[in-house]
Order: sequence, then C-alpha cells, then structure tokens
Amino acid sequence: MRVRVLIRPKKGILDPQGQAVERALPALGFDGVSGVRVGRLVELDVEDPERLGEVCEKLLANPLIEDYEIEELTPAGAEAR
Amino acid sequence: MRFGVVRFPGSCDEEDALHACRRFGEAELLWHEDRDVRGVDAVVVPGGFTYGDYLRVGAIAALSPVMAAVRDFAREGGPVLGICNGFQVLCEARLLPGALLPNVGLRFTCREVEVEVANVSSPFTVACPPGRRLTVPVKHFTGRFHAPARELDAIETRGQVVFRYAAGQNPNGSERDIAGVSNEAGNVLGLMPHPEHASDPLTGSSDGGLVFESLARWVEATGGTVPVGSASPGWSPTPAGRHTSSAVSG
Repeated sequence: MRVRVLIRPKKGILDPQGQAVERALPALGFDGVSGVRVGRLVELDVEDPERLGEVCEKLLANPLIEDYEIEELTPAGAEAR
Repeated sequence: MRFGVVRFPGSCDEEDALHACRRFGEAELLWHEDRDVRGVDAVVVPGGFTYGDYLRVGAIAALSPVMAAVRDFAREGGPVLGICNGFQVLCEARLLPGALLPNVGLRFTCREVEVEVANVSSPFTVACPPGRRLTVPVKHFTGRFHAPARELDAIETRGQVVFRYAAGQNPNGSERDIAGVSNEAGNVLGLMPHPEHASDPLTGSSDGGLVFESLARWVEATGGTVPVGSASPGWSPTPAGRHTSSAVSG
C-alpha cells in the first residue's frame, strides 16, 4: 500500500520556520495570511499497514514535538486488481 | 580510566573529544556499527551531523547498532556524555527527556557562552568548584531544548538540570535556560555547549576540561556506575526497546 505521512509541529510548539514564511509573505503582496506552520511529508510503500503506526512513532515523527497523520494513497489490495 | 568516543558517519567533533578525554585518561574511538562499547568506563557521543541529520537531527543515529550497545551500557549505570549532536542523538534514543528544536531566530549560532553548573554532584560536574561559571562555545542550529511543562517541572525537581545558560546568554531559546540535562538516574548527560572545544588553554578557555576531569574522578571514586534501578525517561510513549540494525535505512 502506498501511503503519505504528514508530519507537523505539535500545537503550541514554537515554529520559527512557519513564522519566517509568514513574515515573508506581505513582502510579496500576500496579505491576510496567518497561522503558517511548516512540516514534512513522507510517502512510502508498506507491506504491512498494521505496523505503520510504529514506523511513525519510532522514526518518521518524534511524538514529543510532532503530530502525524496517515493518508492512504492506494487502498489495500488495489495492486492485485 | 578509559573513554570511548563514538564516531558516526557525519561526526565532526570526535577528534577534539578524544583530545579532551586524553588529558584525563585514555581514549579510543568506537564506530557506529560496533555492537559493544569495548569495555570502556565512559562513552562520549560527540557533535556533528550524523547521517546528514536527515529526517530529524539525531533520529537515524539513534537507531544505529552502537546506540543499542550504549543503551545497555547506560542501563547498567555507565556514564554517557552527549555533546551537541550527541545530545540530540541521546534524546532521539530516549535516553534523555525532551527534544531539541531549531533555534529561535533560525540562525546558526557560533560563539562563547557562560553556563552555570546547576548540579555540582553529577558525575559530570564533581570537579567543578561550587558557583563556578564555565565559559564554553556553542555552535548549532538545532539547540532549543523543549519538554512539556509538566516534564520540565519534574526535571527541575529531580535535579536533572545540570547546566544552565547564565542570565541573558541563552543562545537558542531553550526553555528555562536549560543548557544540559541528565536522565533521572543521573548517569546520562546531554549538553549543547562544547566542553571538548574548551579543554586546552591553547584555544582560550579550558573550563570545559572540568567536565572530563569530573568523569575521570568520578569513575575512579565510584568504580564507574550509578545505581539505575527502574528509572527511565518518564515521557517516553513507548518502552525504549532495542532497535535492530535492519531498522537503519541510511
């Protein structure tokens, strides 16, 4: 199964990168943009989706500072059809 | 007294660490693929950019074979010192509480700072005269220590804050000016400032030498282990299990 893992700084964690992007936007004439947070996106093929949570907790994200979200890109079994 | 300094692909401060260790004992390099720590009395995880700092600083190195051995060594009470990237590796390996985030201001900071020794009875500070401030350099981009507020309270209460940036000198926005923090048992320490770069009068301050001298003295006085008991970093959401080398992707 192909999945996409979205990783973002936990709510409440200061994100200087997001702040820098937010501050840069008005210089380009984009006003009215706020709440910018910068995260990371990882796409991967997994044979055993059951273990994906563990993959995220132990390596892809640091649960102390980051939240993650898993999106299925191809449903299980789609390759066989 | 024999120090082991871990070298990973991407380490860059291991030679200075060896030099600092050799002022107070013998020292040898350990390699990231080693499966034991070769019987050393203390392990130093030095600074650098392990595995290119891919994914998150220290994340890949934390899963390397030598870190499984370091974890066992720490569980048995052996002293482990992580400096800069080494601190990040120890946090990612769940041997220390908290995490390191990019500096407030997003600048790579390279300068001398003054740090206060907040706990003079740790294996890493026993040679520090009470009240003595140490002048040591920092050089990092990802040095902002963070832990949840409740965890920070617990860390402070248990005396796990070993080094604190002197007032007005916090270079990265670390919470509560924390520069160096230990595990609950006290035998694992991580700090962002570089004592190994300030251990020889030739390079200016030699205050950092006190950290290595402390370790050497402490090992000689105690035989080299602290009673660890069941203590473990309290925040870890999962048991800090051993990772196999097959988990290493890089």
